[in-house]
Formats: sequence, C-alpha cells, structure tokens
Amino acid sequence: MTTGEKYVTAAYLVLLGAVLLYVALIAMKLSRIERELDELARLARERAGG
Amino acid sequence: MSTSLRNNGAVLLSLLAAALLVAGFALAFFWAPEAQDDPAFRIFYLHVPVALTAYACFGWGGWKALRLLWTRDERYDLESYVAIHMGVIFGLLALVTGSVWARYTWGVWWTWDERQLVLFLVLFLFYSAYFMLRFSTPAGPRRARTSAVYALFGVALIPVSFLAIRLAERYIHPVVLTRDPKIENEMLASFGVCLAGMLTLAGALYLVELAGKRADARLSELRELVA
Repeated sequence: MTTGEKYVTAAYLVLLGAVLLYVALIAMKLSRIERELDELARLARERAGG
Repeated sequence: MSTSLRNNGAVLLSLLAAALLVAGFALAFFWAPEAQDDPAFRIFYLHVPVALTAYACFGWGGWKALRLLWTRDERYDLESYVAIHMGVIFGLLALVTGSVWARYTWGVWWTWDERQLVLFLVLFLFYSAYFMLRFSTPAGPRRARTSAVYALFGVALIPVSFLAIRLAERYIHPVVLTRDPKIENEMLASFGVCLAGMLTLAGALYLVELAGKRADARLSELRELVA
C-alpha cells in the first residue's frame, strides 16, 4: 500500500468510525428508553392493581 | 406527519444512503480515473460531500429557525436544533478528512494562511457555540427564539465560507469542480452519487435523532403523569 493509499484509507475509516460511534450511541439511548419504559409500565401496573 | 411514517422515512433513507454510498465509493475507486498529480485525490469523494452536507444541514437548521420565528410553532425549535447538531457532526468530519488530505498533499495538518479553511472553522465554531447558548438558557419560548435568531445569523456565513474557496487569491486549497479545466465526466458522476449518498445519510440521521428526542420528550410527559 502506498503512502497516498494509506491516507485515503484513513480518511474513509474516519467516516466509518463516526457512523459506528453514532450507531453505538443510538443503541445506548434505545436501551435507556427501554429501561425507562419498563419502569413506567411497572408503575402503571402497580397503580392499576392497587 | 405520524410517528410511524417518520420512522419508515428513516428506514427508507438509511437503506437508500447505504446503497448510494456503497455505489458512490465503488464508482470513485473502480471507475473514476485517478488524478495523476495527487495519489490521495480519492479523499475528494468523501471530504467534499461531507463538507457540502454540513452546509446543507446548517441551511436546513436555518430554514427551520425561520419557520419558528415566522409561525411561533415550537416543533421547529427541535427540528432546527437537530439539523444544526447534524451540521456540527458533518462539519467535524469535513475538518478531520480535510486535515488527513492536507497532511498528505501539503505536508501539514492545518494552515492558517488559507482563508477558506479558517472560514469553515469559524462557521463550525459558530454553530458549536450555538449549543452553549442553547443550554445556558432555560427551556421555553425565549430559548427557542434566541436559538432561532442565532441559527439564522450563522446562515449568512455559509455563502461566505463556500465562495471563499473560489474567491481566495491563493489556491493551495484545490478547486476541483470547475469548468476550466473541466472535471472528467466519470469523476463528476461518482462525486454526484457520493454527494447524494451523504445527503441521504444526513437525512436518515436527522430523522433518527429527531425520533429519539421526541421519544425522550414523551417519556418525560409520561413520567410526570405516572408520578
């Protein structure tokens, strides 16, 4: 691989890394929303039962 | 627009972005001719679409800010904020990919002598400061209006930053999309597909981010109702 090709690869890896980082952040956010929804559902069930 | 329609839009845009970007990069690497004088020229198919997408996101954020000021409808506040958020991400990517290209071609990661680089950095920092302004003010109509006015001021910097690349006296920063000498058709077509892919990717990320923020807001409402 020539030096020029190495720089091209590095630039494209920056984009790939950014997209993967974004996917990871969205996955973390989704799991937090899921946890909070579970908690709210539990509270709603308790309220309906009691 | 209903939530499911918006989410379907995000899915469709994501698939379209993946297809366009794979096709665009494949065209750029295997079909478009190599630039004889710059072995790292293929960064062009990434760097320029990313920078133009950043401009588009800032412009979209400005348009939503204008709609907010015009209609006083607060949903445009979130839309403007998310568009600027995307613009800052793409702006950072443009700076990083540009630096990688500059390091190979010019031998430096950054140069303060090039006004187009400095103007892009000013635009990026201006919109980065948008978040400081936004989060230093309590949520509400006042924050929405202040943020909208700030976002609109930034839009004025976009043509200055864009045109600086063409009007600058020193041409260290390359101007590839010109009529004389004319860019080769294969290069232009590959660039067009890459740009369409990058804009579609930004659109998909915008819808995903917007859906996440709206879900957060609804959760907060539910929490208050259940508490």
